[in-house]
Formats: sequence, C-alpha cells, structure tokens
Amino acid sequence: MTTINILHLYPHEMNLYGDHGNILTLVRRLEWRGYKAKVIPYEPGDPFPRDVDIIFGGGGHDSGQNKIEEDLLEIGPKLKKLVENETPCLVICGLYQLFGRSFKTSDGHMIRGAGILNLETEAGPERLIGNIVINSETFGEVVGYENHSGLTTLDNSEECFGKVVSGAGNNGKDQGEGCFYKNCIGTYLHGPILPKNPKVADFLIEKALARKSPNTKIKLKALDDTIEESAHKSAASRPR
Amino acid sequence: MERLSIVLGKGVRALAKIRGTGGSALPGLVIEKTNPDFLRHILSKLPYGVIVISGTNGKTTTTKIVSELLTKQGLKVFTNKTGSNFVRGVISEVLEDISITGKFDYDIAVLELDEAHAVKFCEKVPINYALILNVQRDQLDRFGEIDHTADLLQKVANNVSKCAILNREDPRVSKIQAKNRKFFGLSEKLLKTFPSDDSLLDKDKEAIRKSKPQKAEVILSKLKGQVAEYEIGGQKFSCDLTLKGVYNAFNAAGALALCMEVLPDVPASEFIKYLDCIESAFGRGEIFKVNGVDVELLLVKNPAAFQLSLASFTDPNYDYMIAINDKTADGHDVSWLWNVDFSKLPHVSYTTGIRASDMALRLKYDGISVDFIREDIASATSDFTTSSKKPKRIFATYTAMLEIRKLISGKSLI
Repeated sequence: MTTINILHLYPHEMNLYGDHGNILTLVRRLEWRGYKAKVIPYEPGDPFPRDVDIIFGGGGHDSGQNKIEEDLLEIGPKLKKLVENETPCLVICGLYQLFGRSFKTSDGHMIRGAGILNLETEAGPERLIGNIVINSETFGEVVGYENHSGLTTLDNSEECFGKVVSGAGNNGKDQGEGCFYKNCIGTYLHGPILPKNPKVADFLIEKALARKSPNTKIKLKALDDTIEESAHKSAASRPR
Repeated sequence: MERLSIVLGKGVRALAKIRGTGGSALPGLVIEKTNPDFLRHILSKLPYGVIVISGTNGKTTTTKIVSELLTKQGLKVFTNKTGSNFVRGVISEVLEDISITGKFDYDIAVLELDEAHAVKFCEKVPINYALILNVQRDQLDRFGEIDHTADLLQKVANNVSKCAILNREDPRVSKIQAKNRKFFGLSEKLLKTFPSDDSLLDKDKEAIRKSKPQKAEVILSKLKGQVAEYEIGGQKFSCDLTLKGVYNAFNAAGALALCMEVLPDVPASEFIKYLDCIESAFGRGEIFKVNGVDVELLLVKNPAAFQLSLASFTDPNYDYMIAINDKTADGHDVSWLWNVDFSKLPHVSYTTGIRASDMALRLKYDGISVDFIREDIASATSDFTTSSKKPKRIFATYTAMLEIRKLISGKSLI
C-alpha cells in the first residue's frame, strides 16, 4: 500500500487558525481512497526527513515566528530543492511570507526568508481581516478567511494563486492572492483552506501520488463532497 | 457633579426605554463622556472595595459563584449581572441601582470584565482584588494574539491594591506579577486530565509541570462525578456541586481563594457549605425542561471552552445538537472549530446556525456522523427537542445560545 509522507513544518509554533484541519483533510482524503498517510512533525533542530511527499506549513504569532526563523534558513535549501523537484507544497500566512525572500517589520527590521518563492513582504499599517473569495485558474472559486498585516508583492515572473473576488489578498492593491509556483501554493487563506476547497487538497494528493509512481497514470477516486460543497457555498455567501 | 450625573443618567435611561432603543450601554456612554470620574467616585466608596474577575473562559460562572458566596456571608454585592462587561455597561448598571440622592447601598463590587475592558476599567477605577482564571485562545479575530492577552492581564494585576488571585496551572497566568499574589490550583492527578491551551495544540503533550508549583491556597484535589474535594490549608473539604463540568469545579477553587482573602475571618467551611447549591449562569450549562425532557444549554466560545465541555459532557445516553453562528459576538472566523477534537462525541443529531455546514464538515473529518444539517435555528431546535425522550445537550456559540435560550425557556415548547 502506498504511504504518503506529509511533512508538517513547525506544528508547535506555527499552528494558528485551525491549520491542523489542513493536515487532517489530507490524511482523511488519502485514507478514504485506500492510501496510507504519515504525518511527520518537524520542529527546529529535528533531523530533516528523507522521504517527503507533501510539505505543509501554517501561520503563527510573532513570538512563534521568531523561534523558527533561524531553523528555516538552515533547512531552506532542502525545502527549495523539494519544491524545485515539483513536490506538492502548501504554506499559509506566516510560512508563506517566510518562504519568500524577506519580511520587513514595522520598525524597519529585515527578516530573511527561505527564498523559495520570488516575493517580498512588509508589515502594513493595519490588519486585513475577513472572509475572502478568490478565483483561481486551476481550481475555480476558492474560499477562506484572511487575517494578516503583512503586505506581499510577487516578482513579475511569479504567478498568483488566484484573483481576489472579495477581500484583500496579497496586498489589497493588485488583486492578486497567494503565489503558485510549480506545485507549491503559498496563500493567506485560513478557514482552514483545504476542507472547504477539496479540489486544492486533491491537487496536492494527486501530485504526490504521481511523483511517487511516475510510470502509472493517477486517477483519483471521486469522493462524496456534498458537505464540503455546502460549507464552501455558505462561506462564499458570508459578508466580508 | 455626581448628583447631576445621576439625574442625567437616569433621565437618559428613561428616555431610551420610552424610545424602545433599550440599549443598556447608552446611559453609561453619556455619563462616561460627561463625567469620566463618576464610576471612580461611586465605587471607591464601597467598604470592601472592588473585585475584577477576568480571563478567557469561566468569567460569568465564577463571578456568580463569588457574588453568591459573599452574599451568603451578609455582604451586599453589586455585580454586572447582565454580562455587559464594558466600562459603560458597568456605569449603566450603577445608574440603575443608585438612588437619585446618590445612595449606592452596597458593600462590594464583583465585576466580570474581559481582558481588554478590564485594563480600561483599571485606568479609571482603583481595584482591590483581581481573580485571573486563564489565558486561552479566543476566536482569534477578536483579541488577536494570546501573548498580547497575557500582557493585558498583567496590566490589570499592576493595579491591584490588595491581592491578585491567580491560576497556578496556567503558565501565562502564574507568571503574572502583583504586589500580593495568591494561587489556586489542581492536584497532580487532576492536572493530567485537564487540557491546557498549549496541550490543545500539541495533542500528544500531557499537561505536566515543568517546575515546582507555586503554593496554592485552594486546591481542587479530587472530582468524582459531581463531588469535588478541595484542599485548603492542609484540610480537605468535600462538596456535592450542582454546577457541572470540571472547569467549573476548578474555577470554584479560585472563587473560594478570593472569598477567603476578602473575608479572612470567615472559616473556609462557611464558604464551602454554600457552594453546592450554586447553579449555572445564563446559558452556561443551564438545564431546561422541554416536553418533559432535560435540555442542557452549553455556551462554547472558543476551542479551549469547547474542548473542556467535551471533556465533561460526552455521555452516549444524550442526544447532541451543535449550533454555530459567525456574527461579531461569535467571532467571524470559524477556523477555531478545527482546533477542537470532537472524536469523543458519540453522535450528533443536528448541526444548526449560520455555519451549520462548516460544523458538519468538521465532524465528518473526525468520523462523527450528523443526522441533519439545518441552518435555521428555530426549526432545528424545535425538531431536535421533540425528536426523542432522551435527555439533550446543545453546544452553541454566543448569539446562537441567546436564540436557543429564548426558544426553549419560552412557554411554547414546554
């Protein structure tokens, strides 16, 4: 039986806003299709696991972020190699920012990021909070909840994850939300994002399976997503 | 100046009532603007002073326990019973109780204030005691971050003139500094069964003490069913509680420690003896009879409160309904539902409220089946409470709780 190894980056410090739900969604949707899922929690100083099929990282508060910055720079090259080799990856909020080149804090201090995604973030004057709906070329409508003060700008070469329909997105100006590079999705969408957007979850799963067995054609078994769709619809209809 | 404010405030109150705007905060707002010293002048005259009770969870029930225990000892207690825990809400309640001649016939004020408002209150009114229960993750979009909340409570403690009573088992609370600190706590054995905020995030991590605990005045040492045992000054006291839930039994330890500070000459047994008959506060485990069946209504505001409720209330002989709204008082962001582990729930009959589907989805991923998903709270409540002869439990966010309480406490269903 195929086992998919999910690397969970810094679950202790970077686990705000129900991000645990994203891991749970990946695990269940693999299990429901007869695969095995193994979640590997990674904390600062841990040995970096050898087999990684999906990378996941969430957001944290400032004190948590400080504790992982240094370690992230250390393992940055390993993560970058995985992403470049098309390992599916989902990073949210805090780790989305730190997957970029840099984060400039409100007092002008520069924090170096892992440099995996070509983007930069700086602290904004206010928190951007509320329900958000975006439209993605690959996934269609994606719903979530954003809560961030960082303003992110992508290099021209980078593609955003989706266009903002309602909400702020990366910076509240250019209509872009998140970043989509190879099989790596960076986004501000909590909610958590995966349960209510099962297409995104299945994308990560399908890419992981495809990398695992390069010579077989992967066709994911369809699941009954009635409740997922209904929760998606109700989230999309909520005011900002 | 006070006399003028009283007349003005009472006038605004009467007008607001006539106009039917009913907002309990309006008279308070007017006085707050015209006479910022009003509350300080009135409350600082109280012979036993002012108590502030704060923390993320358990404020309302604990305030009720403290008020009732002190009342039993003969004190006239002023408390913000409508739960309007803003400064202006407190002013409005003072206006209601004060006579037109300025007579405010109370011995002590016991006030429930949330963290942010407690700080604002302390800037205006000197406080004598503070009881700080816990710092847990709220719905996140309301207060922001947990470390910030702990800072707010430190500011409250800085203003305490007599004593701050602190939960020694909460790492963010036990490190709060104050002129005079007293602690309440749990026995080693009970501590392990208690989910702390950090152990909520770290599923495998048991709550264990990293260092020698602070000496506690009152320890909840045992809890078997409804029988709680408190250890006070080396003596053990047992008490058959009406209040349900381990967290209520624990918060009662804080309430006892506080009462013993306020009335040091009263022996602990005098407080304990009245603890058993205290009932749940508004929507916090209240039990209603609907069609001859017990329906228990439990407010759940955040992951810690929900998890603690689930730790106490997952009896398979009950039917369950969960009501989730996402209005401002509930928190707009429902992500927090994913930080709660529902796997111990036997089965859920209904999910309801604006986010009924979100709740059902959350349960699906914990392998819990749901019979009906129905957004409309009135119809779900009506069908749920008449569905069987089994006792019922309803977990509800704030605005959903208010709506359901109205439905099941009204005559139509009973």
